[in-house]
Amino acid sequence: MSPVVLRMKEAPTNIPLEAESISPDLFVQRSQGEIEAMPVALGNETYRLGDFFTVEGERSDEIVVEGCAGRVKWIGSGMTRGRIVVRGDVGMHAGSYMRGGDILVEGNADDFLGVEMEGGLIRVKGNARHRVGAAYRGSKYGMQGGTILVDGNVGHEVGAYMRRGLIVIKGNAEDFLGAMMMTGTICLFGQAGIRTGGGMQKGTIICMRPVDLLPTFAYDCTYAPVFLNILFKELKRLGVECPAQANGLVRRYHGDLADVGKGEILIAA
Amino acid sequence: MEINGVYIDETYAEAFGAYAGRVLITACNKTWALEAARSMTGFGTSVIGCGCEVAIEAIEPTDTPDDRPGVSVLLFAMSKKAVHEQLINRIGQCVMTAPTSACYNALEAEDRLSIGGKLKFFGDGFQISKRLDPLITGNGSGPRRFWRIPVMDGEFIVEDRFGVQKGVAGGNFLLMGRELPGTLQAAERAIEAMRKVAGVIMPFPGGVVRSGSKVGSRYKFLNASSNTAFCPSLRRAVKSELPEGVGAVLEIVIDGLTPEAVGEAMRVGIRAACGPGIVKISAGNYGGKLGKHHFHLHQLLAEG
Repeated sequence: MSPVVLRMKEAPTNIPLEAESISPDLFVQRSQGEIEAMPVALGNETYRLGDFFTVEGERSDEIVVEGCAGRVKWIGSGMTRGRIVVRGDVGMHAGSYMRGGDILVEGNADDFLGVEMEGGLIRVKGNARHRVGAAYRGSKYGMQGGTILVDGNVGHEVGAYMRRGLIVIKGNAEDFLGAMMMTGTICLFGQAGIRTGGGMQKGTIICMRPVDLLPTFAYDCTYAPVFLNILFKELKRLGVECPAQANGLVRRYHGDLADVGKGEILIAA
Repeated sequence: MEINGVYIDETYAEAFGAYAGRVLITACNKTWALEAARSMTGFGTSVIGCGCEVAIEAIEPTDTPDDRPGVSVLLFAMSKKAVHEQLINRIGQCVMTAPTSACYNALEAEDRLSIGGKLKFFGDGFQISKRLDPLITGNGSGPRRFWRIPVMDGEFIVEDRFGVQKGVAGGNFLLMGRELPGTLQAAERAIEAMRKVAGVIMPFPGGVVRSGSKVGSRYKFLNASSNTAFCPSLRRAVKSELPEGVGAVLEIVIDGLTPEAVGEAMRVGIRAACGPGIVKISAGNYGGKLGKHHFHLHQLLAEG
């Protein structure tokens, strides 16, 4: 099945385009004409997808987005199947509420990547911004399953309120990584900002570099959890090599003791 | 039929259906993985008296979830409930207690038993669940959940659910030799060959049984007793099944995940056993009343 290729025409305005119709679930049954007629929002007005993209192909659950899509929001939101490849940057909310399938972003991703997703795989070759895999304001839970891999750096509050799932960041993270985290796993290869794990209840944050921890985290021991072997082996399957300093030994801290205190931060020893 | 001068009886081994589970035990090195596996498989020779038949499988896994040395173990019991109970008891008492060990499901099956989900309570509230998505594990069969149970040397990893499927128990053949040393050597040759077959175990000590049994006893409190028809010392006292010149009999019992695996193990085992000192090879059948799986010796040996 050949993919549906969307090529961005010249963007008519600086207002972001809201295109949650770019989803394999919606494309798989539609002809080229029907895809072109799908609605997108620009400000408070509704347009056709064909007004902003040239469309090649039809009835496929694989989508390739080409051109400057850095201001196209909600790509792959709520998708349950198929694959989206974005050859360049992607706008805010990409893969939010996603339940299956996979998204590959060859450039950078904007805020709210994979927010509240429940399944599937998102991979960003460049950087991602704030609140990756987190919860929307007012929501109880962030990401509840699935995997997000970011090859570059990420912004603030990544994994906030996260409940299940896995986030792997090969670069650095800014402040409040895993804040208010319920459960789930965050693996950071680079440097963390301040207040990592602030307010976390349960869950695991693995840091490959030293971290300035909040005083509400207590040191337990230095040991080699076998679970990391499993995790790193499975990540290798996805082409993510663990950094050299990961010899298996970690310093375990538990916290945040200002809350439930059953979370853990594992720092490579 | 004769192989290497050994007469093969025209009979069949009668085996019965059982439920099977397969676990993979890993540890920091092969020694401790084997210690855990040996402990788990202890007192697991026969469902008659042990609750299950369990042994280290013939293969040595090369690919383990945590990349540490591992040993796979097969366990057979008469019901799913019995498999469940035995896995919980044996993993809980023998694997979890062994230093550095971890225990994973190694049987992809539709039916799944909650094992780690029960053992987790040992963590007293400090146990941690980790679920890996199918995209990560690459097994295409849904997410895998692992429990990290805090223990004194770190943490014990055990998988949440273990597969259970129908298998075959009680495949067998009998080696009738002129004297015991040669018969035992033949049995050892057979076991060595059979351990290369995947999906089977020979649950008795070293894979060999010397106390083959018959159904019933003259004592009311026993439902099985010595297979007197194959005891050389009773040749003239009972109706003996032993040909002249036979001085020792050993039995090999095989349990397998599939009838094909049991048949293959019997085939390579019998072929390896046929040699000097062995007079005849036969098998235990109970007139078709014990189980639905019949392994005809001539048919098996004609195939290979």
